[in-house]
Amino acid sequence: MRNVAIVGTGHSKFGVRNDVSMQELAWEAVKQALEEANLEQKDIQYFVVGNVGMWSAEELPAVVVGEYCDLTPKGTMRVEAACATGSAAIRDAYQAIKAGEIDVALVVGVEQMSQSPNPQVIELIGRAGNYFWEFENFGLTFPGYYALYASAYMAKYGMKEEDLGSVAVKNHYYGARNPYAQFQKEITMEEYLKSKPVAQPLKLLDSSPITDGAAALILASEEVARKITDSPVWIVSQGVASGTANLSRRTDFTGIEASYVAAKEAYKRAKIDFSDAWRYFDVADVHDCFTIAEIMAYEDLGFAKRGEGHLMARNGETYIGGKIPVNVDGGLKAKGHPIGATGVSMAVSITRQLLYRAHKGTQADIRNGMGITHNVGGTGHYAYITIYSTRRPSS
Amino acid sequence: MSVSETRDKIQKEISAYVKNLDNVIKSTGLPVVNDQKTGNPIWVGVREITLRYQFPVKKVSKFFEGLKEGKLLATKCQKCGTIYFPPQDDCPKCRVSNLEWIEMPKEGEVIAFTVVNVKPTSFSHYSDYVVGIVRISNGVNVLGWIKGNNVKVGSKVKLEVVRREPEGYLTYVFNVV
Ligand SMILES: [Zn+2]
Repeated sequence: MRNVAIVGTGHSKFGVRNDVSMQELAWEAVKQALEEANLEQKDIQYFVVGNVGMWSAEELPAVVVGEYCDLTPKGTMRVEAACATGSAAIRDAYQAIKAGEIDVALVVGVEQMSQSPNPQVIELIGRAGNYFWEFENFGLTFPGYYALYASAYMAKYGMKEEDLGSVAVKNHYYGARNPYAQFQKEITMEEYLKSKPVAQPLKLLDSSPITDGAAALILASEEVARKITDSPVWIVSQGVASGTANLSRRTDFTGIEASYVAAKEAYKRAKIDFSDAWRYFDVADVHDCFTIAEIMAYEDLGFAKRGEGHLMARNGETYIGGKIPVNVDGGLKAKGHPIGATGVSMAVSITRQLLYRAHKGTQADIRNGMGITHNVGGTGHYAYITIYSTRRPSS
Repeated sequence: MSVSETRDKIQKEISAYVKNLDNVIKSTGLPVVNDQKTGNPIWVGVREITLRYQFPVKKVSKFFEGLKEGKLLATKCQKCGTIYFPPQDDCPKCRVSNLEWIEMPKEGEVIAFTVVNVKPTSFSHYSDYVVGIVRISNGVNVLGWIKGNNVKVGSKVKLEVVRREPEGYLTYVFNVV
């Protein structure tokens, strides 16, 4: 199998982007990635579009985006893995190159959630679990899924509201320094504690917003990457796992099993020791659609021991300069969570971190040249863990 | 509020919005409005879609029969002993079908819960409700609404088959003991 490198990255401003259509939004990211890689559309042999849709009008988003970005007649597909859609799109292109079928691929994640009114979006996301047994009868919402976890975690480990709040405060701190973020504004613990309940114990300020945005990556085989750039960022490994559609069929509500399974797989391939995984990475982007998700991610990735993730948040160990900087682009909490674009956005953030190209005030110290993304779809219905390095993988 | 009242209310809002749009089209010749927050011109689609899905329940129809008798039924594979809830009539582990139907015990304990404050539109006619996952005394989890004051992780609950009002269809709830 061949090595695969990231040779170009693109990222739109996230937020309410009703100044552009979905395809125009995708183009903002695609254009930036092509310019970074100094490539033209004819050099792209295959492109994948991550888009969940439902709330937006176009039913064949890959085709619409392909036409607008002048990528037709190259092969394409639309990929869906709920909130991990972007990572799934990366996986498709990564594997095609790894297997030797193609040399250069473009990945674009795009979502324009504001094409539908907020209540409709809340309705549609709520239906994204097991429709009949969770939604039709019991009206479980998306924050509700994660709130179940938060309640169990609080009861078992004594986590406090303030521990969840410290994740929100950190992510807003960095979001305030990221010009691409939806919320470029710091928040205080007091504001957090006063914010309205959404699905108790989770509040508005525990939650990522409904967002429009796009992000893009250009991936290339080792041979081609060498010609394109002298600073490739390699995809070292990827781990993938799934969870049950029915939350009631999960065994534990204090961690996301799919994340843990995917992390172990990614670590094994990259020869990383789970118990002190944090030592290998200079920076991490983890799935913080809700603050509790970030705390569980610390544990599922081996950054903290079981039941100690909330202490890591409490002690500020995930700021730059701490044990391991996490979500220093603002995370989904402040950067925004355009579902299909999120996974690609995470990859863009980590690539730029490793190349010392992060925004002022958000750059971590890069010592090992390694970073990681943790992208969960649904509440552990899907999980994708991807490891990146500036050093060429040995295999 | 009843279901039809809620629907009427929502339809009224939609009608008012569409009437407004009709006026915009009449005066400008286009269904384009300026977004209230950003001021950006937005084309408001003139084709709408209303969806109610239909899903087959033949293979688990015994479950619904059970509700009529006040019972919550699950299926059990006679080969490997797995209990399935939600019930399913195929055991994919053993690749056998026509599983045995068993009644779930009524006693359980809350292992996770939430209060849904921001509700989906189709649940907007209910007041804030508690959804929880209950570990039933046979070790199987069931998700459902929990009624009673002061629900906690660890609360003992008892299952009851009830009519979900205002729709009036049979379903189950957990009452805090
Ligand atoms: Zn069996």
